[in-house]
Amino acid sequence: MRHDHITSAKQLSRSDIEAVLDRAGEIAGNPAAYADRHEGALLGLMFFEPSTRTKMSFSAAIKRLGGDIVDMGPVDSSSVQKGESLADTVRVVEGYADAVVLRHPKEGSAQMASEFVDIPLINGGDGAGQHPTQTLLDLYTIRENAGLDDLTIGIMGDLKYGRTVHSLAYALTTFDTRQHFISPESLKLPRNVRYDLHEQGSSIKEHTELEEILPSLDVLYVTRIQKERFPDESEYRKVAGEYQIDAETLEMAKDSLTVMHPLPRVDEIAHDIDDTEYATYFEQAHNGVPVRMALLDLLLGGGQ
Amino acid sequence: MTDQELRVSKIENGTVIDHIAGGQALNVLAILGINGSRGETVSVGMNVPSDRLGRKDVVKVEDRELSQSELDVLSLIAPAATINIIRGYDVVEKNRVERPSSVTGVLECPNQHCITAEDEPIDTQFEVLDDGVRCVYCDTIIRESIATQIKV
Repeated sequence: MRHDHITSAKQLSRSDIEAVLDRAGEIAGNPAAYADRHEGALLGLMFFEPSTRTKMSFSAAIKRLGGDIVDMGPVDSSSVQKGESLADTVRVVEGYADAVVLRHPKEGSAQMASEFVDIPLINGGDGAGQHPTQTLLDLYTIRENAGLDDLTIGIMGDLKYGRTVHSLAYALTTFDTRQHFISPESLKLPRNVRYDLHEQGSSIKEHTELEEILPSLDVLYVTRIQKERFPDESEYRKVAGEYQIDAETLEMAKDSLTVMHPLPRVDEIAHDIDDTEYATYFEQAHNGVPVRMALLDLLLGGGQ
Repeated sequence: MTDQELRVSKIENGTVIDHIAGGQALNVLAILGINGSRGETVSVGMNVPSDRLGRKDVVKVEDRELSQSELDVLSLIAPAATINIIRGYDVVEKNRVERPSSVTGVLECPNQHCITAEDEPIDTQFEVLDDGVRCVYCDTIIRESIATQIKV
């Protein structure tokens, strides 16, 4: 893999993706072999928005490679509070770390920040834009559970603002997959994502109801519909309620269906699914560590 | 120069932008940041009959020659425009605008959540598509309203 920065799933070719997933598989199979691989390496964490999974799994990943973190900490106790620009902050952190993970509420922030540093910069989520490392762990989970070729996947929920959806939908076009998009009218895929999928030669199959497509799915990827996307609470409740699944919903599904969710969930996946064979979302979250270890290993020169 | 263009008198030095799509002349002036406040002489012909375009707009700006970045963005809203540079009443250069692969620093991204809307030391940059432009930072695509995104 030859990238200085990982800002968008759009920059990842099929061979890039497979290099990361293969390495993640090796790491998951023999973590001890990687324990000292990057001894002394420091990963800068710049999280301008709250994060549990991305931040903790990156921390675990660098530590399991023998390295450590330097954390900017919460925004309200950093120099950002004094009005420092992101461009300045990232240039300062460049002097403290060997690579940096950035999460920021503004779309395009990772792309911009990457223009100011020479160390690898990884996008840990930029507003409603991209979340490429979530995509890598999603793809790893899909490959482990359903395989990435000859796959039929349904992606459901907030497709307009969901950055994990935007990254995943693009990356899946590099594999032999059929993608179905299930959402309310108001939360359909945005124009730029449609444009990219079209350019990739992918047909966009959209549905407003899960039932019509559920029996054909190998993977159902559910995302959270956020309350703040709706003008009032009653409208939110009405729409969100139509995109919740429970064990009864899945009676129509294949026995081998894999149900995924980037988490956190609210109530879009009922708890009665958690103990079924369908539920793969906790395994998905756990996969964040070997996948991010693999990515860091490749970016920090472990590929040579 | 055709008879139609002579509806407005010849200029001694400056730029004549011809073959602008009918109705776009004021947007062209907006791109160039021309609002008359600096005292320059500007003549505008709107919906002038044209063999090529049916109706066209023509703009004549005295004592001003356009820069390449101005021509680049002009191409987005007036792709058929011809640019005549006038010195001493003569056309010394006649150019068609060409669509660039990207435009830098001339359009504002309409996405309020784009990093370019923040106080950062970067210029906006848009990739030029077949039917619009796309922010290289946040990926937002603009098709219908490019003229309204011009920084003035």
